[in-house]
Amino acid sequence: MPELPFPLPPLPTVAQVVFILIAVLAVIGSLMVVLARNLFHSALGLVAAFFGAAGVYIVAEAEFIGVSQVLVYVGAISTLITFAIMLTRGMMFGATSPRNRQSGTAAIITVLAFVVLAAVLQAIPWPQVGEPITDGQVIIAGLGYAFVNQYVVPFLLLAMLLLVALAGAIMLARDRK
Amino acid sequence: MNWSDALIQLQYDLGAPQELSWLVEGVTYFIGAFVIANAALVLALLLIWITRKVISRIQDRIGPNRLGPYGLFQTVADAMKLLSKEDIKPKSADTLSYFIAPILSVVGVLMALAVIPFGAGLIGADLNVGVLYLVALGSIGIMAALMAGWGSNNKYALLAGFRVVAQLLSYEIPMVLAMFAPVLLVGTMRMQELSQAQSLYLGPINLGLGWFVFLLPGAFLIYFIAALAESEQTPFDLLEAESELIAGFHIEYSGMKFAMFFLAQFLNSFFLGAIAVALFLGGWQGPFAGQVPLLGPIYFFAKTFFIYIVIQWIKGTFPRVRIDQMMQFAWKVLVPLVLTLILAQMIIMKLPLPMWLNYVLVLAANIAVVLAVLNIMGDYFKREQVRTKRAFAPKSLIGTMQPVSSSSGD
Amino acid sequence: MVPLSWFLILGAFMFSSGLFAALGRRNAIAVLMGIELMLNAANINLVAFWRYGVTPMQNLDGQIFALFVIAVAAAEVAVGLALIISVYRNRRTVNLDDLDILKG
Repeated sequence: MPELPFPLPPLPTVAQVVFILIAVLAVIGSLMVVLARNLFHSALGLVAAFFGAAGVYIVAEAEFIGVSQVLVYVGAISTLITFAIMLTRGMMFGATSPRNRQSGTAAIITVLAFVVLAAVLQAIPWPQVGEPITDGQVIIAGLGYAFVNQYVVPFLLLAMLLLVALAGAIMLARDRK
Repeated sequence: MNWSDALIQLQYDLGAPQELSWLVEGVTYFIGAFVIANAALVLALLLIWITRKVISRIQDRIGPNRLGPYGLFQTVADAMKLLSKEDIKPKSADTLSYFIAPILSVVGVLMALAVIPFGAGLIGADLNVGVLYLVALGSIGIMAALMAGWGSNNKYALLAGFRVVAQLLSYEIPMVLAMFAPVLLVGTMRMQELSQAQSLYLGPINLGLGWFVFLLPGAFLIYFIAALAESEQTPFDLLEAESELIAGFHIEYSGMKFAMFFLAQFLNSFFLGAIAVALFLGGWQGPFAGQVPLLGPIYFFAKTFFIYIVIQWIKGTFPRVRIDQMMQFAWKVLVPLVLTLILAQMIIMKLPLPMWLNYVLVLAANIAVVLAVLNIMGDYFKREQVRTKRAFAPKSLIGTMQPVSSSSGD
Repeated sequence: MVPLSWFLILGAFMFSSGLFAALGRRNAIAVLMGIELMLNAANINLVAFWRYGVTPMQNLDGQIFALFVIAVAAAEVAVGLALIISVYRNRRTVNLDDLDILKG
């Protein structure tokens, strides 16, 4: 190996390489949501971002959340958004710009927000390594226990919220002829 | 011993250095994935042949018998024909959606292979959330259908895409809830443990006949019907029948892209059958599966091919249902029944009764659900029969004069 | 082990993209997509902090919070899209620049 004047940074481990690849997918998806002229391409970018987020959850060993993310977000929410795009015929053929009047200010604020957040997050000394997770099934069983023991009231409220949202959405979007 | 452990040990024995453990593991899993994916694609040829032969025998004809013994190479010839077609793209089709949709369709189906237990140590990845993973893969198929429908820039493809999504989403709910019936019994979502829990021990010998279908026939029936609808087989294949709506959302696809949709559909029905076998019909369990390890995959494939032939038998026998009948059946019949079934099972399993009594009560609930489904279907068929008889009833007496010596009435 | 700051920076990037989509796009559905991106970024943060907590196997609060966020996001998207479709039926547009009747 030739002698370099500066020390090499440590090579990333396999887990880090996998995380970088998944993060690239999420980043590309987010950028497609923001920048695509065609609204359907934005929806596809959103799906890619959802898959990226699911991959991040699986890297963080929260596999139940990862699979639930794919099931709920990609399976249901993306389908809803795509149907709404097709039903409202919004701006498929990008002749006009997708941005509105305040997009210049919004861009400046957004970039500033990201730069400040990234700088702050980089500088804080976070805990380096968490406790190793030995058994995944214990976590899933623990989730079930927590939902019916400690968090039972929010759980039932969530059920009622979903019921109300379901009824409300049907009533709002009903064909009134 | 696991197949991956055996393969890793083999690589270390062949002289791989210990520092490159990540490379050794990577090669192992890559080999596993490669073998399974290619085996699945080659299996598709066999499946298409089985379909054509079974349906042709039901329709009292022979089927393909020219190319190869019993027509086995007919599918290869079809694949070569599809390969040699021109790869076109309609001018105003959305490039990204149009090209990615078939790939996504096949990927969503092939990913199911990773969690199906073929034998005692033969599973790709024994995920902690195996059953939920299989459920989430249906979502990828839904996205693929939407992208195909939209990307073709064709109104009929779009309408067919909407209908496919409606069908897939409606039948996903009974399928998911019926898949959770054995999970509730065993208490784990791992596929390998679900297969292992279906053993029947007589003393020290594992008879391997403790299948969940004997305990949960209602859940199996509902899962089977929902799986027929999810993989778009008859009687729910409204959306890709050639006579309806100009063949569905793959109107604008030809050549190899159409072959990918076709392949995905066949593989989907096979893998949903494989999941039914793994969850309800004992997976790789059977008599003497513990002693002779080769019997595990043999039992598994025998049961899966049996289910596949039953699906093709249904395909050749039943007529198609209309789209509104299909949605009514899903939402008004299957969803309430499966919800009451899961509710009854949960309540019964928590009663402070001896365990065998719990199982008997669960079985009683399931048989009630089976009878309810058959009853509703029977009522519906009777009503349709009366309706068609009335529709064809003569309005005038001309032409209905019976001869004096009539043989049998009606 | 993946450093915690990487998770958080990815979350920050997704949040900023969602923020720009919510503030700077014309179509109402694109704004909703931005809101979904922001919720996902918050979820990534929650799960990352759960993983790097003191006892991730006993203290599952991060995961439970993330599950609640996923469910509430689903409800919110349903109602939001129903509203957008209703507005489209009345006004024939989902362009937010044209929907400024209440403006002073």
